[in-house]
Amino acid sequence: MTALLRRAARNTLAAAALPIALLALWWVFTADSDSYYLPPLSDILASVDDVWLHSGRLRTDVLPSLLRLLAGFTLAVLLGVGVGVAIGSSRRLRAFCEPVLEFLRAIPPPVLVPVLMLFAGIGNTMKVLVIVSGCVWPILLNTVEGVRAVDQVLLDTARCYGVRGPARLWHLIIRSASPQIVTGMRQGLSIGIILMVISEMFAASNGLGFSIIQFQRTFAVTEMWTGILLLGLLGFLLATAMRVFERRALNWYLGLRQTQRGGDR
Amino acid sequence: MTGTLLDVRGVRKVYEGHGRSVEAIRDLTFTVAKGEMVCVVGPSGAGKTTLLKCIAGLLAPTSGEVVLEGEAVAGPPPGMAVVFQEYGRSLFPWMTVRGNVELPLKQKKLPRARRVELLHQALDAVGLGDVHGAYPWQLSGGMQQRVAIARAIAYEPRILLMDEPFAAVDAQTRADLEDLVRSLWQGLGVTTLFVTHDIDEAVYLGQRVLVLSAAPTLVLDDVTVDLPAERDQLSTRSSARFAELRGHLFAQIQRAKTYHPPDPPHPPGGN
Repeated sequence: MTALLRRAARNTLAAAALPIALLALWWVFTADSDSYYLPPLSDILASVDDVWLHSGRLRTDVLPSLLRLLAGFTLAVLLGVGVGVAIGSSRRLRAFCEPVLEFLRAIPPPVLVPVLMLFAGIGNTMKVLVIVSGCVWPILLNTVEGVRAVDQVLLDTARCYGVRGPARLWHLIIRSASPQIVTGMRQGLSIGIILMVISEMFAASNGLGFSIIQFQRTFAVTEMWTGILLLGLLGFLLATAMRVFERRALNWYLGLRQTQRGGDR
Repeated sequence: MTGTLLDVRGVRKVYEGHGRSVEAIRDLTFTVAKGEMVCVVGPSGAGKTTLLKCIAGLLAPTSGEVVLEGEAVAGPPPGMAVVFQEYGRSLFPWMTVRGNVELPLKQKKLPRARRVELLHQALDAVGLGDVHGAYPWQLSGGMQQRVAIARAIAYEPRILLMDEPFAAVDAQTRADLEDLVRSLWQGLGVTTLFVTHDIDEAVYLGQRVLVLSAAPTLVLDDVTVDLPAERDQLSTRSSARFAELRGHLFAQIQRAKTYHPPDPPHPPGGN
């Protein structure tokens, strides 16, 4: 038990060492900076409290951003997995859709913002759609690959034992493709964060991206830096949450792979 | 023996692809009586797996038909369970042992109490009463195949198909599993069709052994195994009769490797 704790402590320390070192470097090198654009880190950190906590911006700006990201990401997962399973299951559909998918995937989502603004206005709908339009591709394409790779023996087994319909879809197809689906989700999430910010830079009245741009335009440089730091922290927390989810959902897969690598059978 | 359970009538299978056709099975005709244990042996490449897939309804024969309990098979029939050779690929790795055995029972819409009963019976019968919560990949190969067998018998099939189930386990485990299959068959009375490439295994397990030729496959011989019903690895395998049957089948298999059936009376595909 103590050995386990000691190892956990060592791992945490190893993971935190580089960020701490980088922050320390930043701190030292900007300590007596008189550049207007590069204020000392100590000033930046000192103003975090004022800019985000006391002003209520966590609720008025960060929360709306997060909700839009959550909505966009959830829709992208549903859409990507749904369409991905359909395309992955049918060779005909795949041949039919592939060129279009490649075309759509190649369009950088930010260029869709002006177009989507025409259709969906400048409200939440537009921002959620922008996030979906970027998130959905890695999820969809990975799902297609995962569904294509479902083991033939497992498919035969399911047929023999009458595993059909929704049970087949959930217990066989989606579970089998879940490692690829989760990989797609991880990639999709990081794209989603970027698009969350970008969609708020075009036309918005609140949001994390909006705040950062607002600070920049009003030459509130220290405040702008706090926003960037907050954004980085947010990305880190979301990635960690994703990893926790992955470890729970793919517990079987990680174990299976470890056994195969061990090669003791 | 009370009548025919499985009737394989003139099954022929030709694989079409890339502009050429390969005739895997020429003509297979045989029956399996209710409660019988029949082994199928043949040289490698004898279309054993193709035959099994045709019987299981996973593959449609090019001509001929498979009749199970008076009904032509056109898709996996409900009263049939299959144990595949690739145990590592036929168990769901994301489900525990319990989940794997229970899934088909849930599909049959059995009530929970009955499912639990069957689950316990089946896992106890294969000697895995204490690993319900383990994942298949945490078990040895032999234990994984036991789980697959438990899943098959919990399904309460009227016929059990086994496709070289012990080809990938070590010799010790293999002997144990053979005895397990014998005792399950005797205990449950379930009709069993056991495909193998191992002559000894076929003689040890079967009441009858069908010998297949190399592709395009025919039934070359149908040998009745007149060994006593009580068999054990040591005395049965060292008995004179076992050696005789083994020798006979070995000669048949040697013949099967080079046997080329005469061309069929009608042109391929012209029936």
